[in-house]
Amino acid sequence: MAGTALRGRLTWLAGEVAALIDEAPGVRSLVLEVPGWPGHRPGQHVDVRLTAEDGYQAQRSYSIAAPADGERVILTVERLDDGEVSPYLVDELRPGDEIELRGPIGGWFVWEPALGGPLQLVAGGSGVVPLMAMLRARAAAGTAVPARLLLSSRSLEEIIYREELAALEGRADGLRVTYALTRTQPPGWTGYRRRVDREMLAEEVWPPGERPHCFVCGPTGLVEAAASAMVGLGHEPGRVKTERFGPMGGS
Amino acid sequence: MSDDAHVDGNAAGGMLAEAFGADMTAVRGCCAGCGAVNPIASLITYTRAPGAVLRCPGCGIVMLVAVAMPGGVRVSVAALRWLEPVAG
Amino acid sequence: MARISRGFRGRGRAADPARVPPGQYVTDDFPVLSAGPTPEISLDDWRLTIAGEIDAPVSLTWDELQALASEEVTTDIHCVTKWSKLDTAWTGVSVDTLLEGIDTAAEYALVHSYGGYTTNLPLEDLTGGRAWVAYAYGGAPLEPEHGGPARLLVPHLYFWKSAKWVRAIELRADDEPGFWEGYGYHNYGDPWQEQRYAGD
Repeated sequence: MAGTALRGRLTWLAGEVAALIDEAPGVRSLVLEVPGWPGHRPGQHVDVRLTAEDGYQAQRSYSIAAPADGERVILTVERLDDGEVSPYLVDELRPGDEIELRGPIGGWFVWEPALGGPLQLVAGGSGVVPLMAMLRARAAAGTAVPARLLLSSRSLEEIIYREELAALEGRADGLRVTYALTRTQPPGWTGYRRRVDREMLAEEVWPPGERPHCFVCGPTGLVEAAASAMVGLGHEPGRVKTERFGPMGGS
Repeated sequence: MSDDAHVDGNAAGGMLAEAFGADMTAVRGCCAGCGAVNPIASLITYTRAPGAVLRCPGCGIVMLVAVAMPGGVRVSVAALRWLEPVAG
Repeated sequence: MARISRGFRGRGRAADPARVPPGQYVTDDFPVLSAGPTPEISLDDWRLTIAGEIDAPVSLTWDELQALASEEVTTDIHCVTKWSKLDTAWTGVSVDTLLEGIDTAAEYALVHSYGGYTTNLPLEDLTGGRAWVAYAYGGAPLEPEHGGPARLLVPHLYFWKSAKWVRAIELRADDEPGFWEGYGYHNYGDPWQEQRYAGD
């Protein structure tokens, strides 16, 4: 069934909440079972649509957090303070509830192990979500494609998937994870204490000569600054793929 | 663009797939304003609007506008010289 | 057809149909919608031009706009994206005042914004006390994201007609569709007739 659905024909499907996972303060993963789900590729996203009883509708896009697994679709959602949809998904949803989604969407911001590496991932905050699908696919394939993740977060506690990233790095299979903690740092922190900038990228990112596949995701400001810096450092523009999530605190 | 209130063509992916029956984010488009070639995924996109407005990252001109109308998604071609799928 | 999401309440709430046009939801927020980046215009450079089917174009500086008689307007506004906001308070100059002494046979207007946005409407919808160039909202200078320094305010039509960052009013003998009108939205846009899309 999976994989034989007509490519590109998007219809709204009903996904049932099978489980909810608290990933970090204000961040929750929704494990959905979606009958009819055609499968997806790491990096793709879905559109989620909510309908209130009075007919009011709201729609947002969320990245898929894990590689294809039958009819299972995992979304990781960060609650935005002035949000309309995210507070509902993070605080209100219960197992057994249904939400409407359509997808998978996106053919540009995609990486699969077969594409090879090295793989360079750069993210801010919840921008790590689609990159996690890529890293989980990489782990599931057992491939030793060399990969680096540079992840910016306000604090250690707010890093999404922190334990799993440590476990993936602990496999010593060629993954290196580096954090930049921009607001608060734990005592004794020797890592970066500032936003991602050109100097940090020059130190942490694969050299351009390695021709890495680069994926940059997160708030628009971070993505544009990082992508522009990477091109400035010599990376081919066509190999630096970006996905902008918009302003911090929007939607 | 000096503002952060935009996203990129990835966010219009659902609307464009609804219109064209296929993913369009990996398709390259040539701006009719300045000739810059970019994948639709990289177009500077405004979605907090009555439709999705996709602008050239080079010159800012509106290239595509997608509006969800009662009969389906209408994609207006405002400043697009050509489209071609990405090779590889 | 769409499934109800248990317990979801959006920002909007349905409201009294005598007060609010069909299909609209009342919000207490003031959503910011835009088709492009917020233009940065210095008040020194700002001009409002009235041109087209008139003998000579008229161009006002910011100081000249401020010197004109202004009005306090409290009105409801209705966005085609389905939110309505009640009792919004604006300060501005009536378009009737701006057009005083201007002789024209034009029946239509095409309104131009800094940044390139346009919208069209019959000239009579800009007059008769139905439209303003507004430069303050809620008693404070109009914020750039909401159209400041000055925007058009035409509350009897869907709010996309209330062009932000207004720069010029072009008086025309014929009707020329503006930005959203050309991309699928209704040419006139009366919320009470729910004229959202072309063909409605």
